[in-house]
Amino acid sequence: MRLRLRSVGGRFGLAVAGLLVLVALLAPLLSPHAPEAMDLATELSPPRPGHPLGTGENGIDLLTHVLYGARVSLVVAAFAVALSALVGTVLGGLAGFMGGLVDEALMRLTDVLLAFPGMLLAIFITAVLGPSLTHVIFALSFTGWTGYARLARGQVLTLRERDYVQAARALGAGNARILFHHLLPNAAGPLVVQATSALPGAILAEASLSFLGLGAPPGTPSWGALVDQGTQYLLVAPHVALFPGLALALTVLGFHLLGDAVRDALDPKHLER
Amino acid sequence: MKRLASAAVALFGALLLVSLFLHLVPGDPIDVMLGEESTLVDREALRRAVGMDQPVHLQLWNFTRDFVTGELRTSVPPFQKKVMPSIGAALPLTLLLALAAMAVALVLALPLGVAAAARRGTAVDTAAMSAAVAGVALPRFWLGPVLIILFSLKLDWLPVSGAESWRHLVLPAFTLGTALSAFLARMTRAAMLEALREDYVTVARAKGLSPRAVLWRHAFRNALLPILTVLGLEFGALLGGAIVTEKVFAWPGMGTLLLSAIEKRDYNTVRATVLVFTCCYVLVNTLTDVAYALVDPRVRRRA
Repeated sequence: MRLRLRSVGGRFGLAVAGLLVLVALLAPLLSPHAPEAMDLATELSPPRPGHPLGTGENGIDLLTHVLYGARVSLVVAAFAVALSALVGTVLGGLAGFMGGLVDEALMRLTDVLLAFPGMLLAIFITAVLGPSLTHVIFALSFTGWTGYARLARGQVLTLRERDYVQAARALGAGNARILFHHLLPNAAGPLVVQATSALPGAILAEASLSFLGLGAPPGTPSWGALVDQGTQYLLVAPHVALFPGLALALTVLGFHLLGDAVRDALDPKHLER
Repeated sequence: MKRLASAAVALFGALLLVSLFLHLVPGDPIDVMLGEESTLVDREALRRAVGMDQPVHLQLWNFTRDFVTGELRTSVPPFQKKVMPSIGAALPLTLLLALAAMAVALVLALPLGVAAAARRGTAVDTAAMSAAVAGVALPRFWLGPVLIILFSLKLDWLPVSGAESWRHLVLPAFTLGTALSAFLARMTRAAMLEALREDYVTVARAKGLSPRAVLWRHAFRNALLPILTVLGLEFGALLGGAIVTEKVFAWPGMGTLLLSAIEKRDYNTVRATVLVFTCCYVLVNTLTDVAYALVDPRVRRRA
């Protein structure tokens, strides 16, 4: 694992991810201003002393909001992916393990959910529930779990006939013990790959929803919301849209490369392609 | 037949979800929609307009009937305005945008992917695939404004927004198509590498055919099938991305209609728009599956 991550892309991805976590944790220390501080005298000003990235609407400090935006981005994406993975793995594992009617019902449910364009459903849900980061996490997990469910089910179906599972059963292990002790840990590899490669998508989805005004509530520093604000002032203050978008693009790129590196490390078969 | 059945199940599920989702919301959904400062009169009016004064199964039936017969009306004043004409005006524009984006994606991705596969491991390959990775990461709502600043505000070549002529289509199509083209370029490369390993390519080479003929006539034609399948399946993602792109360029399609309906709390238009979007998505996916079976005899026999 450590060796594989040494590819150029993997290193870059790891560096970006590490930097983002650091920024998210230290945002209050790194920021030159408080996120709610307004400086009406310098509204929509380009980079200047005191405001390294310039200011936005009402004179908010852009650098501060970009730094705090890392928090929103990371926390929402991490929770959405974790919730999807947890729900999907448990349900998919159960479906594969129990088979029969449970399996059939669950797979039909994933069919229906996958029949929606995911982004559209997320827009619908957040539109009905109203803008809030909790709703974004819920909306993204609402369809997000299906991928993990199918994966976990497939893994459990292939693994449960293995000798060590049969041996555990012969030794008198109960269903729960077999499922959580023998099957799921061995199915973890592909699930981890799926979760890592889902991160950039979740980050992008949160930003998109916030850009549409359906994600972060007004006043919350979010990259998508900042770009939305900036598009209104493209002519007079292009920096308001440019800098937060750049931060977002770099983050997505970094996590994307990290996902690729993790996949290559855990699933070497893929490398032969 | 099985495809059609699963498409029907999906559509029914979509209908259930869209018409009854309000009931899954904790608390009184009308309160959630109107906010706490709304008056009782407004609430009752909205409740009637979205049919929530009726039992659940009747709500489902009424919504379905009105949707299918085109009698569905907006749920904010003026109540008598039908929803379907607005959708009828917006849908072609969104489909046009999505198709244009697809064309952009193909034109960019196919040469890039084939070149990368033909020169595997060289600088061409690395450059093409780096560009593809970067393209996937570019958010549309950022790429759009950047293109506007460059081509509309600085160079003054193309209009900023609207949909009056084909020139208005260029920037939105590029914005929407870039991510797909990046993804498609990687797919093309993978499919080409796979095809280039096949025996018939070795045979063609052994026959003494020129590398160019082997590449395009033998490998590319066989690689095209998986590429086209991906293209069909990605159409739905394009529709989702179109919502963001339409907002950036004020393109008066389904996304703009949906967003303005959300802002006006016109719940019936929101539901109808989402449902029409989903129908398009399911339709395209089913057609892709069917077309795939028609084109590839191996799949037909198995199914």
